[in-house]
Amino acid sequence: MSDPTTDDGEPRFRRRSKTWEGGAVKWLFLACALVSILTTVGILVSLVINAWGFFTEIPIWDYLFGTRWSPILKPRDYGVLPLVSGTLLVTLIGALVAVPIGLASAIFLSEYAPDRLRRIIKPVLEILGGIPTVVYGYFALTWVTPQIQKILPDLLVFNALSAGLVLGLMIIPMVSSLSEDAMLAVPRSLKQAAYALGATRLEVSISIVVPAALSGVIAACIIGISRAIGETMLVTIAAGATPKLTLNPLESIQTMTAYIVQLSLGETPHGSLEFNTIFAVGLLLFFMTLVMNVGGHYVVRRWGLRYE
Amino acid sequence: MTETREGLDAPTVPKLFVNEHTASDESNTVIDVNKLDVHYGTFCAVRGVSMKIKENRVTAFIGPSGCGKSTVLRCFNRMNDLIPGARVTGEINFFGQDLYAAEVDPTEMRSRVGMVFQKPNPFPKSIYDNVAFGLKVNGYTGNYPDAVERSLKRAALWGEVKDRLKENALQLSGGQQQRLCIARALAPEPEVLLMDEPASALDPISTLAIEQLINDLCKDVSIIIVTHNMQQAARVSHETAFFMVNDDRAGYLVEFDDTSKIFTNPNDERTEAYITGRFS
Repeated sequence: MSDPTTDDGEPRFRRRSKTWEGGAVKWLFLACALVSILTTVGILVSLVINAWGFFTEIPIWDYLFGTRWSPILKPRDYGVLPLVSGTLLVTLIGALVAVPIGLASAIFLSEYAPDRLRRIIKPVLEILGGIPTVVYGYFALTWVTPQIQKILPDLLVFNALSAGLVLGLMIIPMVSSLSEDAMLAVPRSLKQAAYALGATRLEVSISIVVPAALSGVIAACIIGISRAIGETMLVTIAAGATPKLTLNPLESIQTMTAYIVQLSLGETPHGSLEFNTIFAVGLLLFFMTLVMNVGGHYVVRRWGLRYE
Repeated sequence: MTETREGLDAPTVPKLFVNEHTASDESNTVIDVNKLDVHYGTFCAVRGVSMKIKENRVTAFIGPSGCGKSTVLRCFNRMNDLIPGARVTGEINFFGQDLYAAEVDPTEMRSRVGMVFQKPNPFPKSIYDNVAFGLKVNGYTGNYPDAVERSLKRAALWGEVKDRLKENALQLSGGQQQRLCIARALAPEPEVLLMDEPASALDPISTLAIEQLINDLCKDVSIIIVTHNMQQAARVSHETAFFMVNDDRAGYLVEFDDTSKIFTNPNDERTEAYITGRFS
């Protein structure tokens, strides 16, 4: 009896739910998924439109490669490099702090810490990631800077060094938590093979676990660093408001994000050339983090190790 | 390729029960186990095992699942140290040195007791680096390419990989990977090689290659092999230890004797019942 209908002629396998229900649910989920995509697109479009007004008056070349940034005060200059250098300087200092410490703590958590200790430390690390960045900012300004000034009396009150150091502290949890996830995913059989050959815990960590987890570790660092590039409140408070093309961490600088805050809080009229600078800066910032994230994905795909 | 050829053309299955040197009492004891107990937390996994493993022999551990044969094997290179809550009591003497004495450094000791695992587990590195790893961590200062070649030759893999040493080890077939793991374990020149079901994840031809390899290697290294496959134990080993599991799930040693005796005329009726398949 392979007849697809029952005796009274009804089809055997009837849809139990009405079709509109399945369709509606699908559209609902699609709409939710589209929210974040549309937001990103919207932001990008508004950045581009507003930045367009800026670039019709200032050649993009002068903007990207100019070495003096003074959009408000005369003589006016619209070279963004001082802001970029400030951003990169603070980010670099932050990365120099966060990458080694984050990696070391990830290795400790995944390879050295007993289970019970890991179960305590890991949530604590993740809570650190939830502290409002304004707290980090005042921590840098009112505690870290005075401490460093005891050693380096030349240090200005607002400076790239302490902002960068605290920025590093801030992204350690992100770097270490994501790297640790990657390290825990390294098959136990690989570690056992290494131990059975007489490797010490340190050798297993450095020559087996880290290389095998490398793609995840690099992704963790890149996500942490792109977070650092975009960080706003901390650097606005602690790093200063003086756009300066310098690599000297003891000086006061201004980052791209801090400039956007400064200008949007001021009394600059909307639609003016001065006001549109923030969209030009924002657009560049958007591309910088985009490049970092795309680069991160490429690294993971290109270098991601398969274990079997 | 050669692997396949050898396997198919081999006219006779490796001889059962007959090994060139039948066990004699004169040979040296490599590992002397005395009243070994292993606990995981409060659970007793192995109780009261005493045995003498002889030099340059192949010793097989057989028994039903959960009888503690792998646990005992892992005591011989202190791999149980890595399991939180594992506790080993009793004595294991390796050439007269108590392996669990306070002054013994487990990493130092593991270079003299190699291990091969059930599933081939090469590192995701090149073939060369896989073999060189064991040399590096043991501070080998000699000629690395020579030592790598020697180990690969001992593992009967050299001919298949000599032109592709820089390739990732994961591109090898399963059987080749396992022989690479054997080469890697042999590189630090251990006196003992522990094999935990080394062929159970392999096809029959690769299994045969591993068994022949075991036969060749035991001329200069003592081998202890855990296996679920009784024919394999009969084919490759000189001596066989039969383990069973108690009602309280603790494993213990039932009988340890020449392989030919265990498989033809065991002393204990439980051994006979197991090898004839009357219980599992």
